[in-house]
Amino acid sequence: MRAAHLDTRICSPEVELVPNRRGYGEGLLEAGKRDARIVALAADLTESTQTHMFAEAFPDRFVQCGVAEQNMASVASGMAAMGKIPFIASYAMFSPGRSWEQIRTTIAYNDVNVKIIGAHAGVSVGPDGATHQAIEDIAIMRVIPNMVVIAPADVHEARKAVLAAAQYEGPVYIRLARAPSPVVTTPESPFVIGKAEYCFEAAGAPEQTVGLVTTGTLLHHGLEAAEALQQSGYGVLLLHMPTVKPLDTEALLALSERCVGLVTIEEHQQAGGLGSAVAEFLSAARPTLIIPVGVADQFGQSGDPEELITHYHLDTPAIEMAAKRVLGG
Amino acid sequence: MNYLHSNDVARLERKANEIRQSIIEMLTAAQSGHTAGPLGMADVFTLLYFEVLKHDPQNPDWEERDRVVLSNGHICPVLYATLAHAGYFPVEELLTLRQFGSRLQGHPHRGTLPGIETSSGPLGSGLSQAIGMALAERMNNPYSAKYFYCLTGDGEVNEGQIWEAAMLAGKEKLHNLIVIIDRNGIQIDGYTKDVMPLEPLRAKFEAFNFDVQEVDGHNIRSINDAIGKAQAVYSQPSVIIAHTIASKGVDVFERDFRWHGNPPGKGPEDRVPRDQQAQVALEKLRTLAGTISQETL
Repeated sequence: MRAAHLDTRICSPEVELVPNRRGYGEGLLEAGKRDARIVALAADLTESTQTHMFAEAFPDRFVQCGVAEQNMASVASGMAAMGKIPFIASYAMFSPGRSWEQIRTTIAYNDVNVKIIGAHAGVSVGPDGATHQAIEDIAIMRVIPNMVVIAPADVHEARKAVLAAAQYEGPVYIRLARAPSPVVTTPESPFVIGKAEYCFEAAGAPEQTVGLVTTGTLLHHGLEAAEALQQSGYGVLLLHMPTVKPLDTEALLALSERCVGLVTIEEHQQAGGLGSAVAEFLSAARPTLIIPVGVADQFGQSGDPEELITHYHLDTPAIEMAAKRVLGG
Repeated sequence: MNYLHSNDVARLERKANEIRQSIIEMLTAAQSGHTAGPLGMADVFTLLYFEVLKHDPQNPDWEERDRVVLSNGHICPVLYATLAHAGYFPVEELLTLRQFGSRLQGHPHRGTLPGIETSSGPLGSGLSQAIGMALAERMNNPYSAKYFYCLTGDGEVNEGQIWEAAMLAGKEKLHNLIVIIDRNGIQIDGYTKDVMPLEPLRAKFEAFNFDVQEVDGHNIRSINDAIGKAQAVYSQPSVIIAHTIASKGVDVFERDFRWHGNPPGKGPEDRVPRDQQAQVALEKLRTLAGTISQETL
């Protein structure tokens, strides 16, 4: 059954749809009110990254960098060296996509307190097409030492991730989506950097139970698949991992002991993302069958978000099918 | 800004010469690293650390210090040697350059060595960081007396990020930002005029709303005057184009782009055999290229 902390309207027609980037705007404003060291930088995408709420409230703590993401990353590094807590926001394709080396060297290698917000990640960006659909960002950020990587499921989790990042000392990457997505969690749902949470538990005998591991907005599809699998008589556990790095290895190990195999679910390339991170850990700690649900080494394209989620086999039936493969069906 | 008397100039020139000797010694010990840029910028670095900067080598994290951001990190031998001579760490440690376990990394790493404000090496990002520091300082205190010095090279300004940063500095009217460009005319692949012509460089920075000065990068008094003027500029960032001679001080290495990335012992062989390059360089420096005997210096 679904975890008690989740929104009860999830799988009903009343489910609320909100882009999780709004959680960034709200969280940043809130964090900014609490801590005067927080500053925000934008690269000509102030409103669509939802930075405008902070910029309007604190114009003296906002820096408009123009369309120059590489500069923005390193300016933030310099500001952090002077004691500020900079949040830089753009589309994930441009930051970290274009500014990767600046993030790696001037933020992570310097180990300064900069938060990087990559909005418009995933194929659900939709009509803008492949040029704007970052499905490689988890991979390129996860591989950088000192970097924390978070992919929130919805607006509440995004807000909490921003508040947590503001209090965490060190570089953090938060990946957000453009399209409105189901509000799955509630303001009361727990969020701690580095902690995974069970969102669905209907365990059977381990050999008849599949573990679903989600990050980002596909949590919703994961929950739908879990319900369907349970109705078909399978045991199913869904562990949601908003933090891809540091990986909650303790939770993964415990999950792997309760099931026959795992399905990792992310709106990202199969290569280098959550699935890779889970496999890197479990292959040594407790060899486990893992079927990845993710983009299979392809670029995105234009379309409606849900159309694209289906096309790239990231939707509920694709998750169910992967789960049945794990269960030997 | 202080007026420099002739004895000040003589003191600083002597110090710059000691720093150049340290550069040769450390590069020779490492058998790896860059020679031309460090030797060329020794006068600028000496003036900064022994005359201009507000800083305290005994308290490198002193909050009120001026900040020096070395953007073209590959010339770090001159930064390391100057920091050591200024008292940030023992001069003997210079001989560990580029060795395993050394605090003197091949390119600077923030947090490893006292006095290093940022990691650098990949070109183009130091100016952005200096701008970020200057912006943060202005937010904290609009009447701050701190200055933010960014050292960069003429090869480095090929990088697009330099111009992204320059646009922002001009927009923000960062009067506390002073950029010094090592205009030595060389980069790895050759002369800058061949690899990627920069002129009119002054006009480029003027077009980005910088106050621009050009100086002889080996004339201590001229550089000091230019920095003083740059400090006085109101409502504009400053750039000082320091015309330098690559490998300055070792005449047989000077102006030769082949010395960009090679240490003595691995440089071009047509003028000095490799096994004599370190010894010749040190002798040239100790005798000011043979114009004086070693004893008088």
